[in-house]
Amino acid sequence: MSTLCIDNISMRFDLPNGSHVQALQNVGLTLNTGELLSVLGPSGCGKTTLLNIVAGFLAPTEGQITLNGKRVSGPAAERGMVFQQGALFEWMNVRDNVSFGPRMAGQREAQWKSNVDHLLDVVGLRDFKEKSVYELSGGMQQRVALARCLANDPDVILMDEPLGALDALTREKMQGLVLKLWKETGKTIILITHSVEEALLLGERLLVMAPRPGRIHREYNLPFAEMGVGQDLRSVKRHPDFAAKREEILSMIWDMEEEIMGRSVEAGA
Amino acid sequence: MIPLLIYLAIFIGSFVLIRTGVNRLRERHDFTSLKTVTFGDESAVRPDRAASIISVLTIFLIWGAFTGSKWAPIHVPGPFAGDTQFTYTVETPDGTRDDAIVFARVHPVGENVELPQISENEGFARDDAVAVGIMRSALVVWDDNDEITRADGAKIVAIEGRAVEPGQSVDTPAGNVSVTARGTLNFSPPKGMQMEPIWLPPPETVVARVGEIAASGYQNFTLWEHLGWSLYRVIAGFVFGALVGIPLGYAMGLSGWFRGWFDPIVEFMRPVPPLALIPLVIIWAGIGETGKIILLFLAALWIMTIAARAGVSGVAIAKVHAAYSLGASKWQILRHVIVPNSLPEIFTGARVAMGVCWGTVVAAELVAAEKGAGMMIMVASRFQLTDVVIMGIILIGIIGYGIDILMRMAEKWLVPWKGRV
Repeated sequence: MSTLCIDNISMRFDLPNGSHVQALQNVGLTLNTGELLSVLGPSGCGKTTLLNIVAGFLAPTEGQITLNGKRVSGPAAERGMVFQQGALFEWMNVRDNVSFGPRMAGQREAQWKSNVDHLLDVVGLRDFKEKSVYELSGGMQQRVALARCLANDPDVILMDEPLGALDALTREKMQGLVLKLWKETGKTIILITHSVEEALLLGERLLVMAPRPGRIHREYNLPFAEMGVGQDLRSVKRHPDFAAKREEILSMIWDMEEEIMGRSVEAGA
Repeated sequence: MIPLLIYLAIFIGSFVLIRTGVNRLRERHDFTSLKTVTFGDESAVRPDRAASIISVLTIFLIWGAFTGSKWAPIHVPGPFAGDTQFTYTVETPDGTRDDAIVFARVHPVGENVELPQISENEGFARDDAVAVGIMRSALVVWDDNDEITRADGAKIVAIEGRAVEPGQSVDTPAGNVSVTARGTLNFSPPKGMQMEPIWLPPPETVVARVGEIAASGYQNFTLWEHLGWSLYRVIAGFVFGALVGIPLGYAMGLSGWFRGWFDPIVEFMRPVPPLALIPLVIIWAGIGETGKIILLFLAALWIMTIAARAGVSGVAIAKVHAAYSLGASKWQILRHVIVPNSLPEIFTGARVAMGVCWGTVVAAELVAAEKGAGMMIMVASRFQLTDVVIMGIILIGIIGYGIDILMRMAEKWLVPWKGRV
């Protein structure tokens, strides 16, 4: 069992003007293998900071992250990341992008070829292997990014608004793909999103975070991801429970945003 | 002023002609041609190739027209050549006046011509004969064959019937005639609007000079040796500059210590023009090859350093993060992410550096060199060989342009994603 343990982390840093920012306060959470956690929250609630700490790009000022009992001290292949804008390498074609992880680990082509071909099949890019990534559409680029992450076989996949830049239709298709890959590979996934609908559809667990300081506001366990596997996601969205949950969380985030606005108006006055 | 006005007239005239007339005939139907907003949309601005062709032709046409070139179909009025004449009036101290004619023969400079025949005329003032080179002027000592001379108090009071005093001049149909302070005449026939070859030779002279120098060389070296040496210095200096500058730029982009250490040096040296270093380099390394290559090395070094540093800072952090998350080591990140990602910046820097090096090598050769394109035009200018100077300038321009085209082709080949992400 690989367990990702976020052990009561806080993050606080100084600003040049002498004040400081409490980006995260006492965030604690344990994630078991194969769980898909989606994280929601108004802007500035520290979602991305949390993800960057888990990825190892930032160090928390208090607390620690452990994966399988080992403390996280920097980025590593066991924690793969999918970015909002693909972050693909334009100087490589699709196949070289997907095989980047194995190649960096020193594997020879014979070792990674079948897996990479399989993943390109899964994400539907079999015929685009030799294409340059800048010739692909946004949705295709994001599929390359997913395949690249999976080719490295990480224990945990961290997704930072991976579908945020896609159009609504592509986004829906990609949500189905993420669910399918999640079920097939059994990876642990943390997904950060701005879309309440996406968080509900994909998250087995859902974390709503609150800003200033960034902290966990509420946690939900949700049935919709399980329902959506191999199904038409639109039928899940029509489910009355889904609509109710969406309304509940939307108004929760709405209230938080209102509060921030009110506070800044007061501060301004 | 007149060439400029002619240039402007051709610019406007051909614009009207091509845009309203010819463009109707070569309508295009691609996507860009359907754009209605072109003013402000840079991508819709395509160079009008007809304009480029007319532009180049216009330069040669004006060059040819103002130098009397055999290649130009039209010419501006040339200088006068042939026989001409004007009259002057002499007054003696006792008030008697007499007219005489100056017969002038205007001939090409350097030719020996006979003076025009003159016949004995009536009166105390006798006709004079004078030979003048084209575009030159000649003194007419009018009284050396007269019965009453300046020594007797005779003086010129009118030219072509118009009163004149010493120091004044009169424009006659034959040309400009002035009376010097000492009373002699100075005659300059009309110069026309063309330029003398010593200021600007016609294009065919320059082309002939290219052929001549290509065949027999100039100042102990063939044309190709001159150009080849200049090119060799540029490439050597640029390569050394890139070999040191690019790693230095990477180091400055990757390590705070390197950045802190070299920032003051680079920022100080960058605004110092390489030309300002020529005297120091000559003092230190002499005028031989070493000095020139050091100079070009210094010219390329800072540009390449700054380009490589900018290339590192231009790497999207998400790509570096992605590579780390995929398990790449620092060295692998440098090799597979930072270096390829900085190539566009490095190419931009290389193009600038090549341009600066090419300009600097010519300047360095102007100062001191035994061979090279700059030395060629410098020596030629001392002998007033304007055609060699212009030939050198044109060849330098062509080579510089050629270098830039090659760099752009290399860039297109190596960095196909530039401008597409």
